Amino acid sequence: MAEVVQQDGLVLNGLTKILGGRVIIDDLHLVVNKGEMVSLLGPSGCGKTTTLRMIAGFLIPDKGDILLDGKDVTTLGPEKRPSAMVFQNYALWPHMTVFNNVAYPLKVRKMQKPEIEKRVHDALGLVNLMHHKDSRPGQISGGEQQRVALARALVQEPDILLLDEPLSNLDAKLRVKVREDIRELQRRLGITTVIVTHDQDEALSISDRIAVMNNGKIEQFSTPQELYDRPETEYVANFIGSLNHVTGGYADGQIVPGSDVVGIRPEDVHFSNEQVSGSFPATVELVVPRGHFCEVYLKRADVELRAFISANVPTAGKQGFARIGKALVYHDGKLIRVA
Amino acid sequence: MARKDKARVKTSNPLVKVLLVIFMICMAIFILGPLVWLGVHAFVTNWTYPNLTPDGWTLHWWTKVLDDSALEAAIRNSLIISPIVVLCSMVICLPAAYAAGRMNYAGRKTFLIGMFAANSFPKIGLFASIATLYYALNLMGTVFGIIIIQLLGTIIYMTWIPAAAFAAVPRNLEEAARDAGASKFRVFRTITLRMAMPGILVAIVMSFLASFDEAQGTYLVGAPAIFTMPTEMYSLVQNYPIQVAAVFSLLLAIPSVLLISLARKHIVGGQLAEGFQIK
Ligand SMILES: Nc1ncnc2c1ncn2[C@@H]1O[C@H](COP(=O)(O)OP(=O)(O)OP(=O)(O)O)[C@@H](O)[C@H]1O
Ligand SMILES: [Mg+2]
Repeated sequence: MAEVVQQDGLVLNGLTKILGGRVIIDDLHLVVNKGEMVSLLGPSGCGKTTTLRMIAGFLIPDKGDILLDGKDVTTLGPEKRPSAMVFQNYALWPHMTVFNNVAYPLKVRKMQKPEIEKRVHDALGLVNLMHHKDSRPGQISGGEQQRVALARALVQEPDILLLDEPLSNLDAKLRVKVREDIRELQRRLGITTVIVTHDQDEALSISDRIAVMNNGKIEQFSTPQELYDRPETEYVANFIGSLNHVTGGYADGQIVPGSDVVGIRPEDVHFSNEQVSGSFPATVELVVPRGHFCEVYLKRADVELRAFISANVPTAGKQGFARIGKALVYHDGKLIRVA
Repeated sequence: MARKDKARVKTSNPLVKVLLVIFMICMAIFILGPLVWLGVHAFVTNWTYPNLTPDGWTLHWWTKVLDDSALEAAIRNSLIISPIVVLCSMVICLPAAYAAGRMNYAGRKTFLIGMFAANSFPKIGLFASIATLYYALNLMGTVFGIIIIQLLGTIIYMTWIPAAAFAAVPRNLEEAARDAGASKFRVFRTITLRMAMPGILVAIVMSFLASFDEAQGTYLVGAPAIFTMPTEMYSLVQNYPIQVAAVFSLLLAIPSVLLISLARKHIVGGQLAEGFQIK
């Protein structure tokens, strides 16, 4: 029997899903607080969509429970769940106008006409699309379609909003704008949200917390800052931001022989002309401009380190001293020390 | 070098154009010629070789056709039987088409190829064996028998086209409707069926025409008790002057022209087509 969890928001309790004879989701636990925005972040095929589809009710888990505001919804069909989903390709109905797309969930709920009209107008106003209410999905741009899909989800006033890579069909600039719009709306409405993405930038910039997934499991579930500063596994450290890998040990700011893995963020590698305590001689091998900073390849005897340097960028071939500000030491893939 | 090529293209251009125009005129004569010939014959008193123009104009043949009770019965039979055939075909085939459209790719292919194979045997052999069965079941000379035999010819249209139309409805459009709170039946009615409608309309038109034009099987089962417009044509051609047959074929063409223009408006020009412009 499922234990009763007194918890508002979403609880995934030991979800397991087998598809095509393969375990796709493996004993997954996750608690999303009410009003929180959580990202499911992971590489392609790690099971993000599968997880989201189980929350929405399109897939029934083989094991485990799904609780929404303390209520068990594990086996409810999608039409009975208080969730609303925004699909990756928006899934707008091409034979209906924008207005009717947004009105559909309300018509299904047998709402009165004037009430429907008012709510649809509010929802379209929220996403700034009133002027397109009589257009068809085929006649508006991708960004506008995305907003219609969002309005169609919001008009249902769901207890939980589910977004499956809602921005991946937009160009880079629009993506940044729309993700900020979504975040602003989510905060304003205080709506519990789970968003699937494989873009770490997106996850880092809009989430309260991020669940990093790997092979149907959650590797780490924490705030963006913590994820960056203290990645609990080597996998997470690699997935979030960049990392220098060195096999060895770490002592007194120096890499020493050993069998662990030392991970160093390129922005924690400093380069200067003068020797200070803890620094070691290094040569600049290559400088790659990256816009607002430069990626600098430094070499010390057998170790090569990448550094992100934004001021006083050295030139290739220059000899100087490198210093490591912070290092993450992993043993068997698990974090054992931050130094 | 480049200029030379360009010149060559240019000189060949008019030649291609002329050939194309000649080809198109030939096609037009080939396709429209008989129609024009029919259209003219329906209104002439007499027009025989080697006269270059008809002897005179008349509406006599039209009154003759419309007053003849046998011809009238044939028209009535056709207009009653064909809609019934189409309806039966829809009731039987559309659920199968929906199921096939929702199968995986391999399953759908097997189903459709199977349908096609069954349909591609020579009809006359099939009819011969059906006739034996009909005699046993006392279906010879009955409307019911005709409906069944015409139904056979519509199945291929009523399964193939709607199955493709159902298969083309993206699954996540249905899922989005479920997610919005609609029951399975409502999703089917408001999303799936609505989006497959252009295909179903085409299938209805094709089936109607197939039923309306079916002559072999209908003659075999119906004659001499029941005649439809195409089977009536057989006796017309033998027993009446050519002008009556001309009038009759024009009448035969009316439903086709009506249906096709209606379908054109709803499928090509309508909102349904516009809906499919979405990427
Ligand atoms: N119906 C199915 N039958 C068999 N395997 C499936 C099925 N659906 C998904 N899978 C497999 O499950 C795994 C996870 O799929 P899922 O769609 O959840 O990945 P994802 O993390 O969303 O990836 P992406 O970022 O590419 O969307 C994939 O390896 C996929 O091949
Ligand atoms: Mg996915």
